[in-house]
Amino acid sequence: MRPERVPVVIGVLAAMGAAFFIVPLVGLVVRTPWSDALAQLTAPETVEALRLSLVASFSATAIALLLGVPLAWVYARIEFPGRSLLRAMTTLPMVLPPVVGGIALLLAFGRRGLVGGWLDSTFGITIPFTTLGAVMAETFVAMPFLVLTVEAGLRSMDRRYEEAARTLGANRWTVFSRVTIPLIAPSLLAGAALCWARALGEFGATITFAGNFPGVTQTMPLAVYLLLETNPEASFVLSLVLLCVSVGVLVSLRHRWLGSA
Amino acid sequence: MVAVSLAAVACGSTTPAASQGSPQPLSGTLSLFAAASLTDSFKALGASFHQQYPSVQFQYNFEGTPTLVAQIEQGAPADVFASADTANMSKVQSDGLAAGSPKIFAHNQLEIVVAPGNPKGISGLQDLARPGVIYISAGPTVPAGKYAAQALAKAGVQVTPKSLETDVKSVISKIELGEADAGIVYTTDVKAAGSRVSGVLIPASDNVVADYPIVTLKSSSNAAADEGFISFVTSAQGQAVLESFGFLPA
Repeated sequence: MRPERVPVVIGVLAAMGAAFFIVPLVGLVVRTPWSDALAQLTAPETVEALRLSLVASFSATAIALLLGVPLAWVYARIEFPGRSLLRAMTTLPMVLPPVVGGIALLLAFGRRGLVGGWLDSTFGITIPFTTLGAVMAETFVAMPFLVLTVEAGLRSMDRRYEEAARTLGANRWTVFSRVTIPLIAPSLLAGAALCWARALGEFGATITFAGNFPGVTQTMPLAVYLLLETNPEASFVLSLVLLCVSVGVLVSLRHRWLGSA
Repeated sequence: MVAVSLAAVACGSTTPAASQGSPQPLSGTLSLFAAASLTDSFKALGASFHQQYPSVQFQYNFEGTPTLVAQIEQGAPADVFASADTANMSKVQSDGLAAGSPKIFAHNQLEIVVAPGNPKGISGLQDLARPGVIYISAGPTVPAGKYAAQALAKAGVQVTPKSLETDVKSVISKIELGEADAGIVYTTDVKAAGSRVSGVLIPASDNVVADYPIVTLKSSSNAAADEGFISFVTSAQGQAVLESFGFLPA
């Protein structure tokens, strides 16, 4: 079979489309001050932002796994009225501007919020301006990626294994933990990786809900944004780190999305 | 009084045009990058300038001053830059981005902003360090944040803000939302927020006077309109507008 020829118009537009993504990446790589990249990366403020980002994004992923996998299971296995609506509402943060998510979080968990007001008056717990606030903002924005991926995995798995386990006397929890979870492990891993990468990049909801203080709520994206004003070179280096992480996640998930092309 | 100053401005604006021989009406779009604390006053200044020169349109960009400087350095299409301090203005100058030398057009002072009615009973800077008081300020690169730290140092108060906000507007909104108990902002911000917040005065001995410089940028394509606007801001009428928002005259 002869290789397909590309019509000129399609070729030119496709090249422009690709260049639109490639040029900014090249710009970032070219402008990164490689000579003192290491110094910038090991500067105390950068290390602090890196450390906090890792803590917050892994915590967010852990919470998303704990709450999101059961949620995905309910969506995939239980028929109930309003399921589509509920699913739509819990995946809303994927398309919602993150700043709006941050405002919504403030109105729910802020000191005067629906739940936050009660937490403050009853237990004296306030969430904004704490690392917990940053973790919650990241979880809010990132968990839907995990839920959707895991739900798709649950729907496409072969349920006969679960039935076999049931007939052999396993109870529901054993089936879930010993059969279902191992079977959907690839979706679980992919969902967790996507969720983690999204959490790592979270900006709008974090700065709105959790505020900005180095070591407490100033995660890498916030540091990148603020460093652009005071130390652009450092912000280029940090941007490149975030870029490499994203590329790493995408490449390792390539088989899931694109087959082995 | 207002009529007199209006008349004075009316004369002032016709004189230079007359001296150039051809009364060129100012026109075009003026892209104005101004510190967040100037948001309301510069919208008002722009509106009255637009009344005098209806063919001049304004595009406003109000952000924390260092954000504006970063945007200008990265080539944002700005014609006029109004800074909340001289340090950030010097940065623009030393980068060779300013056309001509900046003019100081206003001064501002600091005030403590608290929830309406001051429920935490904040009476001065020393109360910001009290346990149970959530204090926030603008970040150290933002002029308001820098001035706030200076005022606290003058008063000998040691307190770490819970959050370093990107500009004074977000400090005010966190107070309004009740997330923080107190912040240090400009007198003009407290005035602009009206009944949504209350203000606690800072004595002159601890207070800091902020200088606001304005300049035309080299990237501007409409120098005539820029200069017209800057002279308007420094004119009696412009100063009266600024004073009505709580600024101290230049």
